[in-house]
Amino acid sequence: MTTAQATEKSVKKFSLLKVFRESRVAQGLLLISPANIYLFLFMILPLILVTVLSFLSRGTYGDVVFQFNITNYTRLFDPLYGKIFIYSLEVGLATTVLSILIGYPLAYYIARAPARQRSLLLFLILVPFWTNFIIRIYAWIMILRAGGLLDAFLEWAHITQHSLNLLYSPTAVLIGMVYEFLPFMVLPLYTSLEKIENSILEAAADLGAPPWRVFLRVTLPLSVPGMIAGTILVFIPAMGMFVIPDLMGGAKTILIGNVIRNQFLTARDWPFGAASSMILMLLTMVFTLYYTRKAGFGEELLV
Amino acid sequence: MKIYRLVSLLTLLMFLFLSACGSPTSAKLTSKELNLYAWSDYIPQQLLDDFTAKYGIKVNYDTYSSNEEMLAKLQAGASGYDVTIPSDYTVDIMIKQGMLQPLDMSQIPNFANVDKRFINQYYDPGNKYTVPYQWGTTALVYDKTKVPFEPKSWSDLWDPRFKGRLVVLDDEREVTGMALQTLGFDKNSTDPQQLDQAKQKLVALKPNILLFNSDDPETSLITGEAWAGLVYNGNASLAYQQDPNIVYICPTEGCGLWFDNLAIPKGAPHPDAAMAFLNFVLDAKESVLITKEFPYSNPNAAALDYLKTSDPTTYDAYMAFAGTNPSADFLAHAVGVKDVGDATKLYDQLWTDFKGQ
Repeated sequence: MTTAQATEKSVKKFSLLKVFRESRVAQGLLLISPANIYLFLFMILPLILVTVLSFLSRGTYGDVVFQFNITNYTRLFDPLYGKIFIYSLEVGLATTVLSILIGYPLAYYIARAPARQRSLLLFLILVPFWTNFIIRIYAWIMILRAGGLLDAFLEWAHITQHSLNLLYSPTAVLIGMVYEFLPFMVLPLYTSLEKIENSILEAAADLGAPPWRVFLRVTLPLSVPGMIAGTILVFIPAMGMFVIPDLMGGAKTILIGNVIRNQFLTARDWPFGAASSMILMLLTMVFTLYYTRKAGFGEELLV
Repeated sequence: MKIYRLVSLLTLLMFLFLSACGSPTSAKLTSKELNLYAWSDYIPQQLLDDFTAKYGIKVNYDTYSSNEEMLAKLQAGASGYDVTIPSDYTVDIMIKQGMLQPLDMSQIPNFANVDKRFINQYYDPGNKYTVPYQWGTTALVYDKTKVPFEPKSWSDLWDPRFKGRLVVLDDEREVTGMALQTLGFDKNSTDPQQLDQAKQKLVALKPNILLFNSDDPETSLITGEAWAGLVYNGNASLAYQQDPNIVYICPTEGCGLWFDNLAIPKGAPHPDAAMAFLNFVLDAKESVLITKEFPYSNPNAAALDYLKTSDPTTYDAYMAFAGTNPSADFLAHAVGVKDVGDATKLYDQLWTDFKGQ
């Protein structure tokens, strides 16, 4: 090895270090690479697999046959699936709207509570997450079932004479959904409400605005980012939820999440299941983008 | 020299100690683990503990809740399972797909305990790949104190007096099969017109259905929320244990029949442990544990004999209830689900459409 080659090599080695030392871009890339590798392995790669799978065919015995096929997508244009999609949309929207109606006052109360109480209240919101989701749903079943805790209480208090027969009804599904997703609405709402400076509210009051006008013109607009973030966190999973409709609704209705699950677990038609989830993903994306654009917010809503 | 003797003595002692620690019985099993992939709530923990105590093999129990789920996972390339419990038509698919490993019957002497009625079935002629685990029926259950009349046929479920009072398995093949039987068609029909009629029939039943449930339909019968329905025999037996007013019948149009079997998937990492497990489950005493905890029907003749002498009360209850011991009349009209191949798509569309109504 000549001295010239050796120098060249050391220069090269040196320059790589130098790149990291001097280039902000390289530093940034290095810092985000763990997250990127994770996202690639566990999101991009599976997504590619699902995309490929959605164009293949089901074999007679439920295996996947490597035969290009677009009927998985054309099948979804059957009005049957359109109806199910619209119904899922309705359930998702109802859950979101109810979560806002119930979650907003709660978030407002927490944000306006004395600083010392706030962390305790937030902590209480998170406590249910310590118990498994299925167990909490079964607890609701015990409460709502005919002759269950709620019925027994109402009869004891002489409010009702007969069972309300709430379990296995659409009402029960909504109760379960709102219960499950409420914290996802409260937390982002709390974050934006808490950021509102008291001085702004005082200024509005000084300028002669009555409290309801302060709320409508100042507090509410400033909390919209939180509401949007909460809506996304609630609406998207609510669209694909199938456990609550199955357990609390008696599995009498079918949501888009059930359709997808059934393709994998009962019909064993993986390609059609993959195509359905692709379409669900696309429609949800379109809906969410439209919603956020319409509300006039770009990237900041995710903060 | 002293040191040399001490070392050799110690080595000898250690050798003795280690061999004593090895498998307590003479069984020459090298595996230390067994990966079991079976239905949820189907194998008593006591049985698994007994197996571990006898062979020193740790059992890992993964669960599924439908044949299709198990097939999907194995077809997707899940490997590492040693024993699984497919039902009849699924055994058929798995054999055709080359997913099962042939059994060495010389290692399963307890196979002789099985009632001859349950061997050599259509899905596995000569029992080359499977041994029976449990069997049963899917039929009509009702609470005779709640129902104002005595149901005899499936068509009675359409009676308006059952409004919001039926519990039905969340199973597209069994429920659609019931509708087909009610209409007088074959339970495994692949004729799109017959399936369409079955769908219309099911849509008409919907107002009467309180819930679909395959996991614990007995609960709603016990609480009295549901008065009647379509369930597995095991669900009916569990409800009957809590409430003797529960009746389980095979309606005039016919009912369902199934056989669950122990099998070893191809590529099982611990085949020696798997064979030992199959033999162990067929042991009369161990098999009784299954019947006591999960009262489906037991194909093990020796186990029932053992139950008769060891626990006559349980045995009498087992023999007296149609859920566990169906009569020949009951079974005369029982028909099993068969794999319908590409028509599975039709069944799935029918089910989605029916539920989406």
